[in-house]
Amino acid sequence: MMGIEVRNVTKTFGSVMALEDVSLHLEVKKIYGLLGNNGAGKTTLFNIISNRLYADSGQISIDDQKAADHDSVLGKVFMMGEDNLFPEDMRVKKAFTTSKLFLPQFDLDYALVLAERFELQTNKKIKSLSTGYASIFRLILALSANTPYLLLDEPVLGLDARHRDMFYKLLIEHYSHRPSTIVISTHIILEVANLLEHILIINNGRIVKDVPRDELLAGSYTVSGPASLIDHFIKDKKTISTDRIGGLRTACIEGQPDESDVPDGLEIRQTNLQDYFISLMNGGSVK
Amino acid sequence: MSIKFNDEKPIFMQIAVMLENAIFCGAYVEEDQIPSITELAVAYNINPATALKGINMLVDEGLLYKKRGLGMFVAAGASAKIHQKRKNSFYANYIRPMIKEARQLGINGDSLSAMIERGYQDDGN
Repeated sequence: MMGIEVRNVTKTFGSVMALEDVSLHLEVKKIYGLLGNNGAGKTTLFNIISNRLYADSGQISIDDQKAADHDSVLGKVFMMGEDNLFPEDMRVKKAFTTSKLFLPQFDLDYALVLAERFELQTNKKIKSLSTGYASIFRLILALSANTPYLLLDEPVLGLDARHRDMFYKLLIEHYSHRPSTIVISTHIILEVANLLEHILIINNGRIVKDVPRDELLAGSYTVSGPASLIDHFIKDKKTISTDRIGGLRTACIEGQPDESDVPDGLEIRQTNLQDYFISLMNGGSVK
Repeated sequence: MSIKFNDEKPIFMQIAVMLENAIFCGAYVEEDQIPSITELAVAYNINPATALKGINMLVDEGLLYKKRGLGMFVAAGASAKIHQKRKNSFYANYIRPMIKEARQLGINGDSLSAMIERGYQDDGN
């Protein structure tokens, strides 16, 4: 099977269970969103898929080949993390040319074009870059890597609104021209929500949702209105979470609304991805 | 051609509506080429598959058609089709919700008719 197969992966750090029996399949040429609170296990999962960390148990295979320690297989995956893997004294341009040695498909010309578009000074030392530009530097490496699998861990950390927007547009452009599997973990959910095709939600080291975005959003709705009406309305429904401001109550409900069943005075709308995520985390319906 | 996404409908439908509006108001005339999937995806920060889904809705309705290797074009008669479609759904989309709101406000049929009459007159002046 093409794609990345994660099978029963468990990872502990001391007494902390970072990943617990995680299994999932990343299909080719799809954009995934990996959502989870801080400490949920997102970075650990990325590190294991890209062989920066060993799993205690379980297995990763990439395009049907076992990944662990096989360079040719691991060369298919590029992970952009929060850390810089180059010597701090190295200059940006040198880091680009060095990347070409490690990653045969690395597109040096494209990296230089992107650096110019983002106004990243390539003669600067990596350690002298600001937080935002350090992120941009790592983003450019990721976008130029041309691997079939791209893992982006908090890609827009420290970027201002204009640079974030530039990045999203570049990512879509890149994906349109050379479709690859892209997994994005981010806390800025609203900004990427429409880019994602498939959603993975991780909580306390376990995958709690693994569904196409449209299906996830069609599978829940938000209803708001007077508390008494809402309380009656949600009685026989599966509620993800409820929220109250004075007499006004809002509930996020699983399933699809039956229009004929909605009493006057209640407002129904689609739940957006961020609201859904927050509801799920607040609702306590996932462990 | 700008769009502000809301949570009322799936994004691909909002893309379809946006394109339909653009055709209806004459921003794209018949036999005009519309933006490519990539252009739409980049312009609105959406997944290309979503843009394609929106475009396909209009293809299914016969408003757009594909020229192989060239892109998507506005079909002949598209504007008239949209006109007819909107006329057909006017009752469901505008009259029904208006009556629902009127009921909640205690406005009866006669008062509502009178208001509509007044609206037409104000508009004419």
